[in-house]
Amino acid sequence: MFVAIMMSGLAIGAVYAMIGVTYNVMFSASRVMSFTAGQLGMLGGVLGAAFIDVLGMPAILGFVLTLAACALAGVLTEIVAVRPVLKSLEQHLYVLSTLALALMIQQFVAIQWSTEPQPFPRLLDFGGGGPGDEKFWLPILACLVTVVGLEVLYRHTLVGRAFLAIAEDNFAARALGLPERNLRMASYALAGVIGGLAGFASGQLLLAFFANGALLNFYGFVPVALGGLGNNRGAIISGLVLGVFQQAANFTFGGVFASVAVFAVFIVVLLAAPQGLFGAPAQRRV
Amino acid sequence: MSEAAGQAVPAQRGGAGETLRRVLPFAAIFGAGLILPAVSNDYWTLIATRAAIYWILVSGLNLVVGFAGQLAIGWVAMLTLGAYTTSVLALGNVLPPVPVFAAFAAAALVGATFGLIVGLPALRLRTFYFAMTTLGFATIVTQVALAWQSVTGGGIGVPGPVLPEPLDTTLGFYLFCLALAAFCTWMTANVAHSRFGRSLVATRDAEVAAEASGISKPRLLGPVFLFSGAIAGIAGGLFATLQSYITPEAFTFDLSVLFFIAILIGGRGSILGPLIATVVLTWLPEFAAPLVVWSTFLYATLLLVIVLAVPGGIAALLDFKNRRPLESSRAILPRPELLPEILGRRPASGGGITLRDVVLSFGGVRAIDGLDLTIEPGQVHGLIGPNGSGKTTTLNVICGFNTPEAGGATLDGAPLRPGTPQTRAPSGIARTFQTPRLIGEASVLQNVMVGGAIRGQGTFLESLLSLPRHHADEAMLREDALLALRTVGLEPLAEVRADRLQHSELRFMEIARTLMLRPRFLLLDEPAAGLSADEIRRLGALIRAISRQGTGVLLVEHHADLIFEICDRVTVLNLGRVLAAGTPAEIRVHQEVVSAYLGA
Repeated sequence: MFVAIMMSGLAIGAVYAMIGVTYNVMFSASRVMSFTAGQLGMLGGVLGAAFIDVLGMPAILGFVLTLAACALAGVLTEIVAVRPVLKSLEQHLYVLSTLALALMIQQFVAIQWSTEPQPFPRLLDFGGGGPGDEKFWLPILACLVTVVGLEVLYRHTLVGRAFLAIAEDNFAARALGLPERNLRMASYALAGVIGGLAGFASGQLLLAFFANGALLNFYGFVPVALGGLGNNRGAIISGLVLGVFQQAANFTFGGVFASVAVFAVFIVVLLAAPQGLFGAPAQRRV
Repeated sequence: MSEAAGQAVPAQRGGAGETLRRVLPFAAIFGAGLILPAVSNDYWTLIATRAAIYWILVSGLNLVVGFAGQLAIGWVAMLTLGAYTTSVLALGNVLPPVPVFAAFAAAALVGATFGLIVGLPALRLRTFYFAMTTLGFATIVTQVALAWQSVTGGGIGVPGPVLPEPLDTTLGFYLFCLALAAFCTWMTANVAHSRFGRSLVATRDAEVAAEASGISKPRLLGPVFLFSGAIAGIAGGLFATLQSYITPEAFTFDLSVLFFIAILIGGRGSILGPLIATVVLTWLPEFAAPLVVWSTFLYATLLLVIVLAVPGGIAALLDFKNRRPLESSRAILPRPELLPEILGRRPASGGGITLRDVVLSFGGVRAIDGLDLTIEPGQVHGLIGPNGSGKTTTLNVICGFNTPEAGGATLDGAPLRPGTPQTRAPSGIARTFQTPRLIGEASVLQNVMVGGAIRGQGTFLESLLSLPRHHADEAMLREDALLALRTVGLEPLAEVRADRLQHSELRFMEIARTLMLRPRFLLLDEPAAGLSADEIRRLGALIRAISRQGTGVLLVEHHADLIFEICDRVTVLNLGRVLAAGTPAEIRVHQEVVSAYLGA
């Protein structure tokens, strides 16, 4: 029982964590929190099922195409919903533009795909239904790959360092001649890949369902709020803890209590520590 | 604010005509609603009933989203709560059945309670965070409705309440909803055109200025969330009556999107715009069958287009008045002789503002490093120094926006608590800003009236119901604001949208706003920046006259000429320390100041 709770908790937590990182990658590049983060996760699941199950592609090809399509969706977010409002003085406009785009993506999928959850194909047929099933460890593996990948990218590649520079000080980075716009688009593509990976890896867990977008939007944001804006380490830890907490509450008290408990924790932490538990920069107002 | 901007000013000429012009579009819409059943069938009456119910919710939400600018995207949760509360109480599957109108009252109570609970985080959280909490709340309410089978019937649902005769017919129920919708429109219009409505918009567009004017966000937003939640709860009860049977599926997030988007498409700070948008969005899917499926997609697309292309929404498109060109050659002619009328009527002032040993760092930089400063009543105190010497930071310490690490500010010997900028206005300390903080969509007059918001006596409830004290407050604030505008020389522009003003005019508008507080102390942050030589001269005379009324003025400025001409005392800052202090004559010849700052 304990193993089952831990595995399912870590699996779902890994998905939340990765959506949290998706939020963060977009935020670091543009100071924008985008409602499309959760939709990217949803797209990962739906497109994976569409490519492999419906179109009958080999799993690996479906996987690559899914990530490519999600990267494209990320870039689309940047072009349609972020770039036009970045220059605006009104800071809240991005909330509306990304919300609009997220709703458009969600409704499009609902109409063109299905409004019912659809099965996601077995990829490796490994684990046989128990706590060691692939539907549990695939998301955890994907999360691990994301963590290691981001670490390598940020620490050991020039592009990664440029990402960090943009996140640290946009103006200084531009003054140094960094191609800020291209880097921003690349960041959104990267966010798309991470979101898509989260969705694809959790396809068997969450199924290919259009409403996952809104769900992931919220549960993926909780780790960001707890971990602090732009803090990937905070998001990963908070995401995993959140998943285990939710599953434990789910098994012990039932689903309603688990949801209410997560929401209550979210609100209490936000009110007590608006900057998150792991810290994020404060802003000057006057 | 555009519509309100034009309409809240019946003022001098033809008050009745102006009121008529303001009410006419609403009368036309509700009049059309009245004759609709006579000229069409039950089906269209049902659609119109739904539009009326949606509007009841949206009218309240409009105060939260459109006026206060809080992105409450999950308000469908209040509809759900209201619907289940009335249905369950009227059905009596948990408690003994209660009369249906008592059930509606309970729904209003539940809606108000949760409106407040969900709304309160808005006091601390920024835009996206708040949007997320309302979204999360909406998700959870639906999940609870689905899972709490003993009460809500789970996925099977419960029957909605049945209203007594004659409201149980299609026509009777429609007219009931229409009347309630009209009543809600009236109430929210009253709030919109009160100091509460203006303060809401101020916290949205110029939050720092609102705080400096003494507007307390919790006290302002609390009643708004209660009201908005309450009428959303009632709308929920009506919705359940209309549906006659409710399941959690009836309360999709799409519905929340409709409410939210109706307000933004209609235009923030308007009532007419969101009303039109609510009717159109409800009616649109009936127009063509394919639209039913694509309706939410269409709403989202509309939202994107509005955000990117027409941020002002329908209301901005309808705002013809503010497209007329303004006179291009206009001069600001202050009339300082009117100041006794404004400033003469206040209690005699006591001591001064004193700063002692203030130390404040930003990161590794010491912005203020052991500063002493005293502002005496009735004197102009100049604060000069190079960029980054800590002038504005000094102002922010006095105003409570920045918290010093050591030392602090006192007024009449009593400490001014740091971190509480909204308490400065009641103590008689007013300020302007280096970059003018204004409500661009509101008229100049309304911008100035915001400055006096805390002087109103009436409560939110009195404004809601348009009771006598609400009218007394409005008349007093309008009269004082016009007087303040006359004093600074902007009266001819009183009804113009503030964002159409020139930069120099905004500086004077900010001063007019501070005069509304009848300040004992006035802190001016580079008021002469961007002004012409003539304007600087008139500004100097105005500041001088203000101080002669007993008001202590702290003047942060770069224009040395202005400083030396009007100041009684001057303090020179450098790297957060006092380089020199004394009379203008002493400073003018101070060796270090001349070499470091004044030059030559």
